[in-house]
Amino acid sequence: MSDVTIKITDREGVLHEIQAPTDMAMNLMEIIRSYELAPEGTIGVCGGMAMCASCQCYVNSDHELPEMSPDEDLMLAEAFYVEDNSRLGCQIPITTALNGLEIEIAPES
Amino acid sequence: MIKTDILIIGAGPTGLFTVFEAGLLKLKCHLIDALPQPGGQCSEIYPKKPIYDIPAYPEILAGNLTDRLMEQIKPFEPGFTLGERAETIEKTSDKSFIVTTNKGTKHQAPVVAIAGGLGSFEPRKPPIPNITNFEDKGVEYIIRDPEIYRDKKVVIAGGGDSALDWAIFLTDVASKVTLVHRRNEFRGALDSVDRVQELKNSGRITLITPAEVKEIHGENHVDAVTIIQNKTEKITLQTDHFIPLFGLSPKLGPIANWGLEIEKNAIKVNNALDYQTNIPGIYAIGDVNTYPGKLKLILCGFHEATLMCQSAYQRIFPNKRYVMKYTTVGGVEGFDGTKKEAPKAVVRKIE
Repeated sequence: MSDVTIKITDREGVLHEIQAPTDMAMNLMEIIRSYELAPEGTIGVCGGMAMCASCQCYVNSDHELPEMSPDEDLMLAEAFYVEDNSRLGCQIPITTALNGLEIEIAPES
Repeated sequence: MIKTDILIIGAGPTGLFTVFEAGLLKLKCHLIDALPQPGGQCSEIYPKKPIYDIPAYPEILAGNLTDRLMEQIKPFEPGFTLGERAETIEKTSDKSFIVTTNKGTKHQAPVVAIAGGLGSFEPRKPPIPNITNFEDKGVEYIIRDPEIYRDKKVVIAGGGDSALDWAIFLTDVASKVTLVHRRNEFRGALDSVDRVQELKNSGRITLITPAEVKEIHGENHVDAVTIIQNKTEKITLQTDHFIPLFGLSPKLGPIANWGLEIEKNAIKVNNALDYQTNIPGIYAIGDVNTYPGKLKLILCGFHEATLMCQSAYQRIFPNKRYVMKYTTVGGVEGFDGTKKEAPKAVVRKIE
């Protein structure tokens, strides 16, 4: 009941439809790690402080997401492979508003 | 050749605390770290961020944690090889190890403790297809010797402190300095941003924003770069050097080729006993290791370091008897001659 469905395309292009809990104070980066959709050590390197961009994702659905903090914005300004729909997974908490969200994990850099 | 009892690879919190636990056992330590300062991630990535789960510290800044650890281990006089990356390891006939850095510094010890965290910090390379062909041929990710830019044209890319600081510095060295950044905003220290603004106004720095370097041209050396500004406008700029300064990211690096069992970008260890790897005499502690139930926490690294030192002691002195002594009982006797101990109780008769 407190789970949402999220569609995540991993770095190999494989689509995973996963269930994410909304009551565990988790974020998108942590959900990806908990399902091991990207190898440990290649995602969430800074632990979720918006300081490494290893959890960069492309958001492919038009869900309303929390506004970007200056930290996230500036980190993305220095990351690679950045597109207009780039976000840092660690800065997006899992909430009911995210049900049906579609994202793609950006390449490792 | 630097000789020591325990050679620690990585000077983050776990590596630093190892010096203390080894010191209690009268074992000397030497640390190697690719970064120029001790502290690992705590100093490099988040020195100003608070940590809340260090026992007895309700809150401590990561940078301060490093300072306190350095103070705690000072009596044990650890040696440091900083700014060098541990590259190769070989076993000698007397069962010790020789670790050589990328700069050729050799270290010998009977025990090696890898406290490498997420790996050694390497410069982040922008995804330009042929960039590796130009490394040290006009492309430098780290400025080692500013004199090579004397009277040359340089293009710097990046928006953080190092990009700004070097752009400022090189205006007095290079014949032309161009700074390229993807945004109009910079996140460096305010004075640096102001200084770049002044230098731009006086025409000494050419600022190209919002823009990205997309191509590098040249035969055997960089002679131009192509920059895309405002997403569509193509600018080709003659230059002698291209310096991308996009910060550092950790990579497991050469340690991955040491014959250690690796799983999930981490080194497998025996967590039932002493955090030893599949190679006897080589231990892995802190964030760099993995075992069932592993948590990458500083406090877990401290625990692993402590158990690992007991095992290292037995390995170095197989026939010596020893039991762990509380510091409250035994005090802390430094190699520098200092001694800390609990004050003795005063015994006096009451007449």
